[in-house]
Amino acid sequence: MEKRVYETLHEELFYEKMDNGLDVYILPKKGFNKTYATFTTNYGSVDNQFVPLGKTEMKRVPDGIAHFLEHKLFEKEDGDVFQQFSKQGASANAFTTFTRTAYLFSSTDNVEKNLETLIDFVQSPYFSDKTVEKEKGIIGQEIRMYDDNPDWRVYFGAIESMYHNHPVKIDIAGTVESIAQITKELLYECYETFYHPSNMLLFVVGPVDEQKIMQQIRDNQAKKSFPQAPEVKRFAYEEPSAVAEKKKVIPMHVQTNKCFVGIKAPSVPEAGEQKLRHELAFHVALDYLFGKSSPHYERLYREGLIDDTFMYDYTEERGFGFALVGGDTRDAERLASEIQTVLLSFAAETIKKEEFERVKKKKIGAFLRALNSPEYIANQFTRYAFYGSNLFDILPALSSLTMDDIAAVASSCFRDSQIAVCEVVPKGQ
Amino acid sequence: MVDEKVTAVGPVRVHTISTDKYKTNTIVWKMKAPLAKETVTLRALLPYVLQSGTADYPSVKALRTYLDELYGATLNVDLTKKGEHHIMTIRIDVANERFLPEQTPLLSKALQLLADLLFRPALDGGRFVTDIVEQEKRALRQRIQAVYDDKMRYANMRLVEEMCKGEPYALSPNGELEDVDGITAEGLYRYYERALAEDELDLYVIGDVAEEAVLTAVKQRFSLPDRPKRERASSVSVKPQGEVREVIERQDVKQGKLNIGYRTNVTYEDDDYYALQLFNGIFGGFSHSKLFINVREKASLAYYAASRLESHKGLLMVMSGIEPANYEKARRIIDEQMQAMKNGDFTDEEMAQTKAVIRNQLLETLDTPRGLVEVLYHNVVSTRKRPIDEWIAGTDQVTREDVVRVADKVELDTVYFLTGMEATEDGKTGV
Repeated sequence: MEKRVYETLHEELFYEKMDNGLDVYILPKKGFNKTYATFTTNYGSVDNQFVPLGKTEMKRVPDGIAHFLEHKLFEKEDGDVFQQFSKQGASANAFTTFTRTAYLFSSTDNVEKNLETLIDFVQSPYFSDKTVEKEKGIIGQEIRMYDDNPDWRVYFGAIESMYHNHPVKIDIAGTVESIAQITKELLYECYETFYHPSNMLLFVVGPVDEQKIMQQIRDNQAKKSFPQAPEVKRFAYEEPSAVAEKKKVIPMHVQTNKCFVGIKAPSVPEAGEQKLRHELAFHVALDYLFGKSSPHYERLYREGLIDDTFMYDYTEERGFGFALVGGDTRDAERLASEIQTVLLSFAAETIKKEEFERVKKKKIGAFLRALNSPEYIANQFTRYAFYGSNLFDILPALSSLTMDDIAAVASSCFRDSQIAVCEVVPKGQ
Repeated sequence: MVDEKVTAVGPVRVHTISTDKYKTNTIVWKMKAPLAKETVTLRALLPYVLQSGTADYPSVKALRTYLDELYGATLNVDLTKKGEHHIMTIRIDVANERFLPEQTPLLSKALQLLADLLFRPALDGGRFVTDIVEQEKRALRQRIQAVYDDKMRYANMRLVEEMCKGEPYALSPNGELEDVDGITAEGLYRYYERALAEDELDLYVIGDVAEEAVLTAVKQRFSLPDRPKRERASSVSVKPQGEVREVIERQDVKQGKLNIGYRTNVTYEDDDYYALQLFNGIFGGFSHSKLFINVREKASLAYYAASRLESHKGLLMVMSGIEPANYEKARRIIDEQMQAMKNGDFTDEEMAQTKAVIRNQLLETLDTPRGLVEVLYHNVVSTRKRPIDEWIAGTDQVTREDVVRVADKVELDTVYFLTGMEATEDGKTGV
């Protein structure tokens, strides 16, 4: 077991790679009641074409299958794992993103028992025709719920506009039609390909004894056998660097207009510190331009073009990166054009040192605040680890970020060819 | 379990919770008054105007620039109702400087900022700045309207409106759209003075700090007149006489929202409060509960089907999202689960499971500064004081008879269904 000390942050992290390839991290947190653990596979909704384990040909699977599998893994021959967790006083959950599927629990008691349950249920799939069919009704209602949600529609609409081919444009849950094609055989095939321990990471954070927990995990894994698995071959989608569609308008039964401007990164670094810096630089650039202390925010707010729903965020994952800026507005057209003007007129020579340093300070405070949350630590640590970066490097990376770093982001991404707009407008307007 | 020290400084109850588990320090300010039609919209606007500028930082930009300088201190406000009380909250969260290269005393600066927000707002000729008030009126209108576009929130709000018609609880904490226009900078300033003179005031400071230091800072910066003790209005209500009401509303939606309201006739004040929590946990509060198992897992009708309590008012609310055609089926299954509760048709295992989960949920809530304050604030809202340790013991002691007794008091009040425009299973077509 390896110990990593982050002195400035007063944190100690323990790491070990299991014989079967599973990466395990433990972050003891004294003073907390809760232990939070995530068991995550490097597999999400964009992984819809790959070479299944033991095969040689690429295979395209139905959209939404990673998310479907996440739902189904909770069901076993003898019942529902949620029941098991709640008997042990834990609350369990799971989520699927573009590139990851995570299973988790939090509990203040019976931590070892709950950890055992988590590892074992994720590592023992049970899919049957009957339970697969039943799930289609439940996920169908989950999809309907999002269909009626204008915030989700405008958010996802903007992503759709940016991409030509990349499956990031496909809703994580798929569609009612695509999930209809899912079978138990397909679920097993995806499971065997992506849930191999060497493609997974286990993170435990809370008031735990790291020695005991690591030993428990070692013992648990030693009892199980897994086939040899080569690194998964995923289909590499050809994606043009420019956006697919400049503007999309979705009429809905709403009272308020919604507008998001999407900014597509033409390319993103593959891994490591470089990737971390690129992502941070993008975040700082957005904060510099659109934060509440920026002149643009003040002006747009005064003109009534934005309100407290205004947000901006940058998402960078395996092979893609995009930002979204916008929110509710009285005039979607004007807001879209104002945001684009701000982006396009941003250039290296306009960056003010004092404001840049202030944004960095703000980011440092926000990072410390985020570390109050065990959920943030486990989820984000895992995300960075899958790209060979380290969450705890954020502090030094932020401190050393330069104006050149954000100028580089601006010159490659804040261009007309990289910008798409999506609006939700009241029906009949 | 939680080391809460409470000391009155004038009319302000100062609650200090010293802990070194966080990397930031948190300040929460709460002002409480009765929920009433005449003041609800003024109160919904006031904290947003206050967070738009102080005498020293008279604009949002100037104020936010200062917050960024304090290593990205966060400042936010919100409005809630607890029973028939309307609560304004201002929160400031600052980094603990021991994790920073620079040793600026951030917490004391944050307390000073809170005092400035409250007592030295940006003014123009003895009233709030008209531009700020007008901007925030516009934002408030948008906030009120936004509910219509979020169908889950909309259905929750509509159920409460229908169910509590004529009671203050029907009011939304974000105020009434029709009352926004009439608010002026003068009128709001007068209300601000009144609220500072009359509201019940609570300040929570959570973090790496000793009570003495907090009290010294508060004594220096917060000077307020004492106020007459207010009569406590009871929030509790009984179901009006008459039939169960059924309200069906049609909109252009794909998913129907079925929300059902019950009167629990048990509140935070009552001995049966812990039994009520357990009742809700077995019935619909969790993913092992009857609603989740029967509506979602067995019948495959919904993605979400759950219940929650408003424990100061004594309401239980069921919510679920279903295919419009499945209305009758879903209602029948939900009714059956309620009947099962009343019949005592639940196992000892369900009891034990729910106790374990409630205990876990409480302990987890105490791990976040925000959750901790919300739990402690129940004891401000209610005349009944329940220390945290009592929550755990109280939940453990609940028996099956207690739960059945509570179930027996729960009365169905109003069924609200938001559904699509298409024909439903009985062939009726919407307008």
